Amino acid sequence: MRQVIYTIVENTPLTANVYRMRLRGDTSAIVAPGQFINLQIGGLYLRRPISVCDWDGDGLTIIYKVVGKGTEALSGMAPGEALDSLSGLGNGYDLTCAGESPVLIGGGVGVPPLYGLAKRLMRQGRAVTVCLGFNTASEVFYEDAFRALGCEVRVSTVDGSHGAKGFVTAILPEHPTHYYACGSEPMLRAVFKALPCSGQLSFEARMGCGFGACMGCTCETIAGYKRICRDGPVMRKEELIWNA
Amino acid sequence: MERLKVNLLGIELSNPVIPASGTFGYGREFAELYDINILGTFSFKGTTLHPRLGNPLPRIAEAPAGMLNAVGLQNPGVDRVIAEELPALARIFHKPVMANVSGFSVDEYAETCRRLDACVQVGWLEVNISCPNVHGGGMSFGTDPAMAAAVTRAVKAVTTKPVIMKLSPNVTDIAAIARACADAGADGLSLINTLMGMRIDLRTRRPVIANVTGGLSGPAVFPVALRMVYQVARAVDIPVIGMGGVASAEDVIEMMLAGATAVEVGAANLVDPFACKKIIEDLPGVMDRYGIERLDKWR
Repeated sequence: MRQVIYTIVENTPLTANVYRMRLRGDTSAIVAPGQFINLQIGGLYLRRPISVCDWDGDGLTIIYKVVGKGTEALSGMAPGEALDSLSGLGNGYDLTCAGESPVLIGGGVGVPPLYGLAKRLMRQGRAVTVCLGFNTASEVFYEDAFRALGCEVRVSTVDGSHGAKGFVTAILPEHPTHYYACGSEPMLRAVFKALPCSGQLSFEARMGCGFGACMGCTCETIAGYKRICRDGPVMRKEELIWNA
Repeated sequence: MERLKVNLLGIELSNPVIPASGTFGYGREFAELYDINILGTFSFKGTTLHPRLGNPLPRIAEAPAGMLNAVGLQNPGVDRVIAEELPALARIFHKPVMANVSGFSVDEYAETCRRLDACVQVGWLEVNISCPNVHGGGMSFGTDPAMAAAVTRAVKAVTTKPVIMKLSPNVTDIAAIARACADAGADGLSLINTLMGMRIDLRTRRPVIANVTGGLSGPAVFPVALRMVYQVARAVDIPVIGMGGVASAEDVIEMMLAGATAVEVGAANLVDPFACKKIIEDLPGVMDRYGIERLDKWR
């Protein structure tokens, strides 16, 4: 973890309420896709955790949905403004268990961290399938971005207005070697049930500190309660107690 | 630095700044960020006799100039703290640590304190009597003077280290609770714990926190905490540790002017992990600005 003052380079809407923000600054604390940063936003007390979509030596990209006061304030910020951030938080996805043909499964605003993951898995020469689930056509984002990486991209919408109709579980490949999922808990549970292969699931939570000090966010595992912010946000399928 | 030193119940602190229990874990996360030996000491995560999983999620909510939490005393239990956390702490922190203890019966408090009293690393026992309990008919130990006194006596009977009773602000007359603890033999007092609060999500029309209510902390509570420290310091003759919304060196001085011997810093550590380091670094300059030569001889 490192405290970094990032400079906003871009803050543009991708859909009616989903924004992409590019930040310039030190990314040395970010070591794996699926990690997050915790942003201090003017007028609010607690920091707001946002997953890292992608990063390089000069800066990083986040994609966030406006759901409350924090993200609303964030959407109003302009290029040039500074953002105090705790960078490189959480464990991130483990790429070593991907196998030959992993599938990446994202629901709504759970899609962004899969982009940085897909990019790195493609660089390793894996045959990556990306399954993206949204509510409706107007909420779809980054479909083409994943395609540009060379991934096989499948999209579903709940109302059928774009791609296959239904939940993301309807478009999963039959025999992936491993899965990486990020989305709402109902989506994660559905994926957990649908796929027999090994997998990693990224969780979302209201956090106090974001670095493991306050015990504000926990997840029950076979090894006891783990901190979502510090021991996660990515948990291995095998350690979750969801079988019951 | 000599001028920052204070004496807390027979143990010299290099400065009066103490991260508060529940905001600093057992020290490990912060030791990765800075040398935690610059702290006066710190109060470790509230520890109970048995392991506790804590409350369901969400446990955290935003509040104006503060936050609500209802973690529910998640901790590995006193035996694992002694077997695993304290040895790990010994490698990163070389000062006496403050052991924060919680319980659900008088006997539990006493037994947990007795076990921690035997640990050489523990300098003080801070006894949290502001968690909702099941023993005293649903009333908090810290909201009834007789119960607060009973816990104090039971802990004092089985320990040799200084016992600091941590008081709840959710009472009508905090001075009465403070006097009851002092009369029962408490060596010191610390206050305030969080103020009971609540938020409701307009979209779901349900409480934001799964536990429904949570404890409010952060700058929002600072004036309330300061007032209570002032009242308690005048009601008893034992040392008082002030806490509640402290976020700056100025706040530390203000708490000490209200009567605090030392000052705990809580929620600030969560939003700025370097908060205590900055406060300690800022103290000499703030003391210069207000003509304070030393923190141990100025009242």
